[in-house]
Amino acid sequence: MALDRKIAYINLTTGDIEIKPIPMEVRKKFLGGRGLDAYLLYNHTKKGCDPLGPDNALIISGGILCATLASATARTHVMAKSPLTGLLGSCNMGGFFAPEMAWAGFHHLVIKGKAKKPCYIYINNGKIEIRDAAGIWGKTVTDAQWAIHDELNDKEVKSLVIGPAGENLVAFANVMTGVKNAGGRTGMGAVMGSKNLKAVACRGTMDVKITHPVEALEYNKKFIEQITGAKVSQTQGTLGTPFIWGATNSWGGVRTENFRYNQLEYADDIEPERIDEIATETMGPYHMAGCFGCQVHCRAQYKIPTGKYKGKYDEGPEYTSQGAFGAEVGCRSAETVLAGNHLVDQFGMDNLETGSIISWAMECFEEGLITKDQTDGIDLRFGNDEAVLEMIERICYRKGWLGDVLAKGGIPASKDIGKNSFDYLIQVKGMNNLHSDERATPALALNIATSSRGSDHLRSRPAIDLYHLPEKVLRKIYSTPVPYDGPLSSEHTEYVGKPWQVFWQENCYMAVDSLGICKYHTTFLGATLPNFENWPKVLYLNTGIEMTPKEIWEVARRNNMMERLFNLREGANRNDPEKGDVLNHRYHDEPCKRGAIDVIGRYIVKEKFDKMVDEFYEHKGLDKNGIPKKSTLKELGLENEPSHLL
Amino acid sequence: MQSNSKVLMINHEKCTGCRLCEQVCAVKHHGSSNPSRSRIRVLKWEMEGLYVPVSCQQCQDAPCLNGCPVGAISRNEELNRVEVDYDVCIGCRTCVSVCPFGAMHYNAIDRKVAKCDLCDGDPQCARFCDVKAIEYVDGGDVSIEKKRAAALRLSTVKKQATALEQHTA
Repeated sequence: MALDRKIAYINLTTGDIEIKPIPMEVRKKFLGGRGLDAYLLYNHTKKGCDPLGPDNALIISGGILCATLASATARTHVMAKSPLTGLLGSCNMGGFFAPEMAWAGFHHLVIKGKAKKPCYIYINNGKIEIRDAAGIWGKTVTDAQWAIHDELNDKEVKSLVIGPAGENLVAFANVMTGVKNAGGRTGMGAVMGSKNLKAVACRGTMDVKITHPVEALEYNKKFIEQITGAKVSQTQGTLGTPFIWGATNSWGGVRTENFRYNQLEYADDIEPERIDEIATETMGPYHMAGCFGCQVHCRAQYKIPTGKYKGKYDEGPEYTSQGAFGAEVGCRSAETVLAGNHLVDQFGMDNLETGSIISWAMECFEEGLITKDQTDGIDLRFGNDEAVLEMIERICYRKGWLGDVLAKGGIPASKDIGKNSFDYLIQVKGMNNLHSDERATPALALNIATSSRGSDHLRSRPAIDLYHLPEKVLRKIYSTPVPYDGPLSSEHTEYVGKPWQVFWQENCYMAVDSLGICKYHTTFLGATLPNFENWPKVLYLNTGIEMTPKEIWEVARRNNMMERLFNLREGANRNDPEKGDVLNHRYHDEPCKRGAIDVIGRYIVKEKFDKMVDEFYEHKGLDKNGIPKKSTLKELGLENEPSHLL
Repeated sequence: MQSNSKVLMINHEKCTGCRLCEQVCAVKHHGSSNPSRSRIRVLKWEMEGLYVPVSCQQCQDAPCLNGCPVGAISRNEELNRVEVDYDVCIGCRTCVSVCPFGAMHYNAIDRKVAKCDLCDGDPQCARFCDVKAIEYVDGGDVSIEKKRAAALRLSTVKKQATALEQHTA
């Protein structure tokens, strides 16, 4: 059964491997996946440890429901101290890796130390082996995976790998699996690279016993129907995440030319329908792919139609790549979006951070903060498609002065570039923002400012806030499983009630990340998708664990608090511009110039924003400085951390 | 009882490669999530985006049935399937070696051969496949959709040819 999956501690310096069961007490307290990873990270690293040193713990996991019949239980989670932010590093991806690791007998791996030479870990039905990676090091993301197939003579092996970016310790290098499943943000690939660890390869044929198989099968059918019955899932299954692009760009929610504008004008060429038309003609008629067990199938498949990379196969591009290699850098060509997406997938580099840091460098270049000498003659202006693709490669291989500087990440790069370049950097806690512009949406602004891994949409974003749902619908969603009778507003430009929504979403996303379910199967893009009310039954039928919606909510709160404890230990501080819950000054000082009539002129009012943060802290049980109250820690059972239960 | 003519129809072009069919097959037959127990498998060529589910074709002149040295494999007309009698089966795996589709599966955990039994008339793979890459349909209908698609192609080409004639005339 799912609960007999184990945890392995692997030391790459000594080669020692220790395997332990995961006690029920720990399961009930943290569930698994990201939540239990947060506990393990806090317990297995010391304050101030070097993110790229041997003492950092790289933790790889699947959720408690991984590989079970709970629909889309494919998610792999990776956690470590981040080399990009110096705070919590965390990423989550789909594909087929975590289920294979579960069939091989494991839910969590804690990897410490540093191998003397490039190696990879091979896990096969309960056995763990550290192997030489001499023949695999240096290879791109997909080539590395196929080389492992050849070496092990087994095409069913699923690997989590790093590309050249991880080997070169690019601060925002990804871990990857499959063609494009990306564990992005916060540079977990660089942590792998620093340990000389090229890959973790898994192969398993061990049963994950379902506690109540007949009922689980029937309930899964209903669960899937609830998910695929939503219009948003159907649209996503046809166009992928780029379906969000058109609407968001037209109302003015897309960060353009770094932060100059909030909309890319004349951008028809990168609309998903257009990409579909030009890039999928050689694919089958449906050209969508799904992760393990998922019926939403949101991964588009494409072949690059023209240019230098003509004929290359890849998946995506996600909505984020339209922003990263489109709006942010001021480019309007589908070919650039597709090629940029392909390069970062092959290099194993975060598309959001890459696009964002290039766009920041472009603004610095246009403002005279970076000279043409420093770019080796590249005309790094917005809209220069060739320069964007060139810079992606330069960052990955740390070529030239600027390529090397940008590979360190935003804040260190701003110190190297100097002058007032930091003022232009759209980051929170050292991680650059995705390509969304939150100046007109206070709820989303609060979300990125307080997210545990820096400026990010996948930790607490109340995306349904943009749908203007009637208040009674919002109340129905946001007052379960715990009552809420405070204000709620259907208006996305409002400030009232938003802190509760962000707090609720933070717990919702932590719950799915700990269960191991995809966010597209909960209240993220669709208001009717499953959440707390539906999970107890899925959990019970598949694992036998009985929990109420309220109990799952409490686990999520606890896990989120664990992440905050880690960040506080590593120096996070409410008002610190580099490590705090604050926004770049431009959110408050530069109003939106484009978009819908109620968006133009909007900016985040500082006083109202601060009040939202205060209120958000109150919901979480923190004091005004963002530090948990003693009573909160006691209530969550976290008063004695690190408690070394595992 | 009237014999059943329903068959499993697989259109790999629709397959998204999610492998839910493998999972529900294993859970239905063994109560466990474990693709290595599944009687249907999705084969992948990932760099081409090609995913092909492979299962038993329930052949009329079945090599597994013909090759079985102890007569453990027979045809069940009622369910329109080829089935294994485990009381007779000696586990020699001749059926595995002669099946041209690799659809006769050997389950290394239980050391038994295993093949699609159409879940006794309610195949779970077809039931769960939302994109209908796997369907359970009447045998007579298998080719009608292909005929329809071909007819549409022909008529489109014909229209284009006519338009071209008029344009050049």
